[in-house]
Formats: sequence, C-alpha cells, structure tokens
Amino acid sequence: MSAIGSLLYLDGVSKNFDGFKAINNLSLMLAPGEMRAVIGPNGAGKTTMMDIITGKTRPDEGQVIFGAKTDLTKMDEPAIAALGIGRKFQKPTVFEPLTVWDNLLLALAGDRRPRFTLWARETDEERAKIMNILDTIRLHNNIKARAGDLSHGQKQWLEIGMLLAQEPQLLLVDEPVAGMTDSETEQTAELLREINKTRSVVVVEHDMAFVRALGVKVTVLHEGSVLSEGSIDFVSQDQKVIEVYLGR
Amino acid sequence: MSRVSTSICILLVLGIAIGMAALNLGTDAGSAAHVSTYWISLVGKYLCFAILALALDLVWGFAGILSLGHAAFFALGGYAMGMYLMRQIGTRGVYGNAILPDFMVFLNYKELPWFWHGFDNPAFAILMAMLVPAVLALIFGFFAFRSRVTGVYLSIITQALTFALLLAFFRNDMGFGGNNGLTDFKDMFGYSLQSDATRSGLLVASAIFLVLCLLVARYVVTSRFGQVLIAVRDTESRTRFLGYRPESYKLFVFVLSAIMAGIGGALYVPQVGIINPGEFAPAGSIEAVIWVAVGGRGTLVGAILGAILVNAGKTYLTGAFPEIWLFALGALFILVTLLLPQGVLGLLQSMRGAKS
Repeated sequence: MSAIGSLLYLDGVSKNFDGFKAINNLSLMLAPGEMRAVIGPNGAGKTTMMDIITGKTRPDEGQVIFGAKTDLTKMDEPAIAALGIGRKFQKPTVFEPLTVWDNLLLALAGDRRPRFTLWARETDEERAKIMNILDTIRLHNNIKARAGDLSHGQKQWLEIGMLLAQEPQLLLVDEPVAGMTDSETEQTAELLREINKTRSVVVVEHDMAFVRALGVKVTVLHEGSVLSEGSIDFVSQDQKVIEVYLGR
Repeated sequence: MSRVSTSICILLVLGIAIGMAALNLGTDAGSAAHVSTYWISLVGKYLCFAILALALDLVWGFAGILSLGHAAFFALGGYAMGMYLMRQIGTRGVYGNAILPDFMVFLNYKELPWFWHGFDNPAFAILMAMLVPAVLALIFGFFAFRSRVTGVYLSIITQALTFALLLAFFRNDMGFGGNNGLTDFKDMFGYSLQSDATRSGLLVASAIFLVLCLLVARYVVTSRFGQVLIAVRDTESRTRFLGYRPESYKLFVFVLSAIMAGIGGALYVPQVGIINPGEFAPAGSIEAVIWVAVGGRGTLVGAILGAILVNAGKTYLTGAFPEIWLFALGALFILVTLLLPQGVLGLLQSMRGAKS
C-alpha cells in the first residue's frame, strides 16, 4: 500500500499502554469521498485509533498520513482540526451553557485565535452558513435553547452540525446512534449519507442494523488490528469475524 | 450577568463613592450628614478588594482556573505603588536621606538597588503596578497551561507561587523592607495622604477603576472570545478538536486578570498606608475565593457584591466579636456552598424572577 491517492492512510501503527497493545500493527486506507464503518468488540482499539488520528494520542510506531502528504503524528489536536479532520464523540459533547446558535457559531470554520475572537462580530455570511446547517440537522426551532437543555438525540445532531460547520474533509464519528430511538437512528443514517455526498466519513458503531443501513465498506477491528474488511455481507460471513464478534 | 445588574452595580459604586466623598468634603465634621474619613478609607479599601474579586471571578468563573494565589498579583501591584510612595518621602524620613528609604539606611545600603530606579516617577510606578503582575502571570501561565495542568493541581501551584513570594519578600536582602514592608508614606502626586481631599479622591479613583475593570471584563466575557472561554471551562478537550487552543485563551484572560489585580493593589496601598509581605499570605487569596463564591461565581457583579459584603461583615465582626471572625468566615463558605451555589446574586435574581 502507499499513501498516494488516499485521504487517510495508516500503516503499521502500534500503541502500547503499559504493556497493553491497544493498537497493534494497524493499517487502513480511506479513499477521498469514502464512507467507512469500523466495528469491533470492546477493547478492539476503535477509540484509540480515533485518538491517534486526531492527535490526542501519539503512536509508538507507524505512519498516519492525511491527504497523501501530511504526517499527523507530528501535530497536536488544534492543528489537526484546522487541517480538516472533525471528530464526534461517543457521548454527545456540546457546550451546554451556550445556545444552539452559539455552539454552531463557535464551530464555524474561521480564525481561532484570541485576537480574532475578542473583536469578532457575527457576519451575514456566518448567519447564512448557520441557517444552512440548521436545515440539515433540523434544529430550527431550538436556536435560542441552551444546548444542555436539548434531548439526547438533539445533542447528537447538534454535535454533527458543529462538525459540518467546521467544514472538515474527513469526519470521524464515534457511535452516533448509541442511546437513540429507532426513528432517530434512521434519520441519523440518512443524515450521514447526506454528509457523505460532500465529505469523507469514518463511523465507529456497535449497532449492526445501523451499519447495514449505511451500506458501506466495513472494517472489523480485533485486538488492535484489522481482522476483516469488505461489504457487510462479506464480513458477516467471514469465519474469523463470526468467532470473535458476531457469534457472541 | 445581565445588563441590568451590571448597570445597577455601576451606578451604585459610582454614586456611593462620589456621594460619600461629597459628604466628607462638603459638610462640617459636627454635622449629622458628615461622613468621616475613617469611612472613606474603609469603603475605598473594600472597592480595591472588589477589583481583586472581579479579577478572580474572570479566571475562576469563566475559565475554570481556581487561582489560590491571586493576592500575589494584588500585592505586587501594591509594592510597585508602595515603592513610588517611599521615594516621595525624600528627606522627611527618620534618617533624612534624600535618596534611600529609611529601611535601606537602617540596613546599611550604600546606594539604591537597580530595581528601585524609576519609581520616583508616578507614571513609571503605575505602569509597573500593571506590568509586573502581567509578566509574572504570563510566565507562570505559559508553562502551566501549555503543560495542561488543570483543576486542583493548578490551584496548588498558584498557592505555592504566592507562598514562595511571601517567603522571598520576608527577606531583608530582597530590598523591599523585609518583614515591615513599606510604610510611613507622606504624599502621592504631590498631595498629602493625610488630607481628606486626597482620601476622598482615592475613594472615587477606586470606584472609577472598579467600574472600568467591570466594563472590560464584561466585554471580554460577552464577546465570542468569552463564549470560547466558557467552552474551554466546561469541555476543554472538545474545544481542541474544534481547532481552538485553550492555552492561548487561558493565558490571555489570566494575564488580564493579573493586571486588574495589580491595579487593585496599587489603589489599596495608599489608602491603608502600608504594604508588607503579609499580603502574599495564602489565606488572603483563599479569602478572595470566598468573596467570589459568596457573591456568585461567574457573574462579575456578584464578585463585587461578595467582596463588599464579606469585608463589611469582617469589619463588624472583628470589632464586635474578634474571636469569632474566622469561624464566621468558615461557616459562611460552607453555608454558601451548600445552600446558595449561585451566591447572593443568584439568590437576588431568582427572587426577582419569582416575583415577575
């Protein structure tokens, strides 16, 4: 494999936590515009993989390359975010005391330095962008609500909206439908497919019905490395996968 | 943090200060309306403490930095002003030395230490009262925030910082008067510190600077910067993944807060007539945290209210029942934490909300 032509390229990545191999010689390649589902049992290294891509954790060895040229292992979280990688957490993490509107305003792509935000005034362009995102995440009626007062599902959407506002090339989404109702799960799948029209997405998920609904290539992680990769039908018939994950 | 409470606070602070100054200067000492100079200096002192409380609320209430050493910045501002006031004494000191302050003559200094130069100039002294706290906050904050030290660990380091300064300033060879500090001030900007007019002027100046600090702090916390700051306070790691650098935001607000505390200290010293290492005592910084908690953390106006209420209580209790003051302070902190998590201001606002 080579990084050429890829959006995200992981090669031989390993990470040890006090002797526990969270990630073990992991290799993964994501094409521009692709949506990928990552599944695997607890402790398979899904969250550590996200941490490595977003700069929260440094790998012990291996390459992590974004856009076929930028080495992510040398950068910290704000720098990687500025590069165009957005991350949604498992537990919805929005700024609870701020309104829905202000949450989106802070997430909008733009100058992040104090010297800018200290004097920044909301512009028409920013307002238009926020209105656009509100269309996608269906929170029009809640713009003045404190983010902390939203329902669980609404918080998940707000966080997805904040990701969109960042205008990333790549979205990393950690268990977006955990704790959602069936109809919310369906709407979220639809939302992710919509987002995937313009951006690449990596979704980590436990919910097999949801992964099936996404209808994309699936990577199965086990003990920190790739166990199987292919369509959902392919991996769910793979004997190794059935043994470690689906069979249980 | 509403606009209404800010406006009320500004009007009250300016109105009371100017009113008291007018009643002190404009009426005879015997008349019923006369406000004695004792009260002028006492309220002036409260307003300086209110500036410190405001500075602390800016970092604790809005950036989640629980500084247990904020009095250090206050004391440094105070020392800068104290050095100016020492130089103004001139030949009127006990030893009559035109250049060296009394304590230096006593300790056999042959010439003025290099860091005392320039402090005969009031503009330089005022600049230093802001610059020295700012530089200390910048250096301290740069390393602390870059290393991602937060929570109780950060609080302990701030406590250590003020304790280290306490020990340093106690030493005679530091050149700041050691144990006794700086005192016996005569005049400021050419006006006698003993005169009623100067005292009233200092009260009004304290009120004006308190209002200016409040307006600056309010601008900062209501700007987009302030929204990011609140986001950093509650979910620091999330702001990083959004591309913000929390350390830059914390550093800016920490330095701004240190400057405000320095201004408070510089106004405090001429009104109480002394600055000594006791001002660096960790207990002083912890008291300031109690003022903010009592008034209402994260409200700015509440910090001012808390500083004035607690200090008025302290003045009364230390006079009437000197032995119970510390117990009262401890009880107050526990009761406020348990019963009034939003502080007195939160209570007032919820009462107003219930009425309407």
